[in-house]
Amino acid sequence: MNAHFFSDTSVMTGRSLRHVTRSMDTIITVTIMPIAFMLLFVFVLGGAIQAGTDNYVGYLLPGILLIAIASGISYTAFRLFNDLQSGIFERFHSMPIARSSVLWGHVLTSLVSNAISVVVIVLVALLMGFRSSAGVLPWLAVAGILVLFTLALTWIAVLAGLSAKSTDGAVGFSYPLIFLPFVSSAFVPTASMPGPVRAFAENQPVTSIVNTIRALFEQQPVGGGIWIALAWGVGILLIAYALAMRAYRRKIA
Amino acid sequence: MEAQNLAIQVHGLQKSFGKLRVLKGVDFDVARGSIFALLGSNGAGKTTIVRILSTLLRPDDGTTRVDGFDVLSQPARVRESISLTGQFAAVDEILTGRENLIMIAQLRHVKSAGKVADELLDRFGLADAAGRRVSAYSGGMRRRLDIAMSLIGNPRVIFLDEPTNGLDPEGRIEVWQVIQNLADSGTTVFLTTQYLDEAEKLADRIAILHEGTIVVSGTLEELRKLLPPAKVEYVERQPTLEEIFLAIVGSDKKEQR
Repeated sequence: MNAHFFSDTSVMTGRSLRHVTRSMDTIITVTIMPIAFMLLFVFVLGGAIQAGTDNYVGYLLPGILLIAIASGISYTAFRLFNDLQSGIFERFHSMPIARSSVLWGHVLTSLVSNAISVVVIVLVALLMGFRSSAGVLPWLAVAGILVLFTLALTWIAVLAGLSAKSTDGAVGFSYPLIFLPFVSSAFVPTASMPGPVRAFAENQPVTSIVNTIRALFEQQPVGGGIWIALAWGVGILLIAYALAMRAYRRKIA
Repeated sequence: MEAQNLAIQVHGLQKSFGKLRVLKGVDFDVARGSIFALLGSNGAGKTTIVRILSTLLRPDDGTTRVDGFDVLSQPARVRESISLTGQFAAVDEILTGRENLIMIAQLRHVKSAGKVADELLDRFGLADAAGRRVSAYSGGMRRRLDIAMSLIGNPRVIFLDEPTNGLDPEGRIEVWQVIQNLADSGTTVFLTTQYLDEAEKLADRIAILHEGTIVVSGTLEELRKLLPPAKVEYVERQPTLEEIFLAIVGSDKKEQR
């Protein structure tokens, strides 16, 4: 690792964060869709959904947060793709810097901007009646799971940004990720789904992550589900990181 | 020429992309403090050479040294010595001009980044636009900022890949002036261009890249000798369109900045 890794990464992160703060529309578009879903499910569909809970906002909040993160990371792919197109990526790589700081700047920016969206959505959920008696530790556990999930998806975004041929391609990969929570326990209990759908829903990563966060909010025991959730998070992170780094090495000598 | 007087040494350089052999054994040397122009048509491989010399692309074969360092075995040392100004102005559109310069100064660990930025903004006639976002800059202003960014940290070798591409005549002349000043201060300039007049005006030595090899290289005088001696002819010389354009527009150039 280069001696300047930390100072270079902080310069890169500062630059990338300016891109976020100077186009607040990226934060707004990222938060508005999940908030709209939340309103739709709570006030339109919620009455007909039998989730076995008297606080449906709290029930769907974990899934809504995952949707927000899945759409938020597409901006990381977008910004990285623009860097490649504009030539500034090559400029950085011809300079005597820690090269990996170019990617880490985008990754840390993704963590910060997604954290902002998550906080905004939780505040809206509080306004809509979400209450949690969970103490500091469960909240920290929720934050940790969300950070892990964001990191894992961000490296998928890095892979997409590096390998895309067009802006649409760079951003489009996130659509299936946004859709994934709908076929999970995020909005309705999986028990209500027909066999094959239920089998998929119960064995895809979102369900274990959603169930774990929900249990933490409700101060219920998380059981073995938290290990499945963490295994998914770490597994996706490692694979996405390895593939992204391979794509990166192909891009640059 | 002695090796230590050479800023760039390229011998037997080869590079293929799949089956396409772009460089088939390229040889040339560039003396320290000189302006070297690499001429060639589009797709001749000029940018490929620049990318190899600036450690962005690995060569397939051949030896390539920049400022005495091997690009394959000592890429980090090469990056200490060089600056790259690519074909398209590689500036951050969302940042202001001053922020772009400060960012590069910080990455190059230059002391008092703000002061360096302000000096360059002055020198390149961008002081008034310093606080504006680059997305509002004209093509010429972007190019000047781009080159200004390349000068931070006083690199010994500067690569300029088609630096006047897409610029208006005034912008071209401004960039030419910058390049000449650079060479006068002892920096080696490696320039690619498809404009012959640009090479003629600036370069100490010119090499022509064609079908993967350097077909001729030398000073302008040496290249001229390759053709039959000039005949003296009397022609009524009309002003070029460029001269007319500049005569009309050139006067209020300062205000446009």
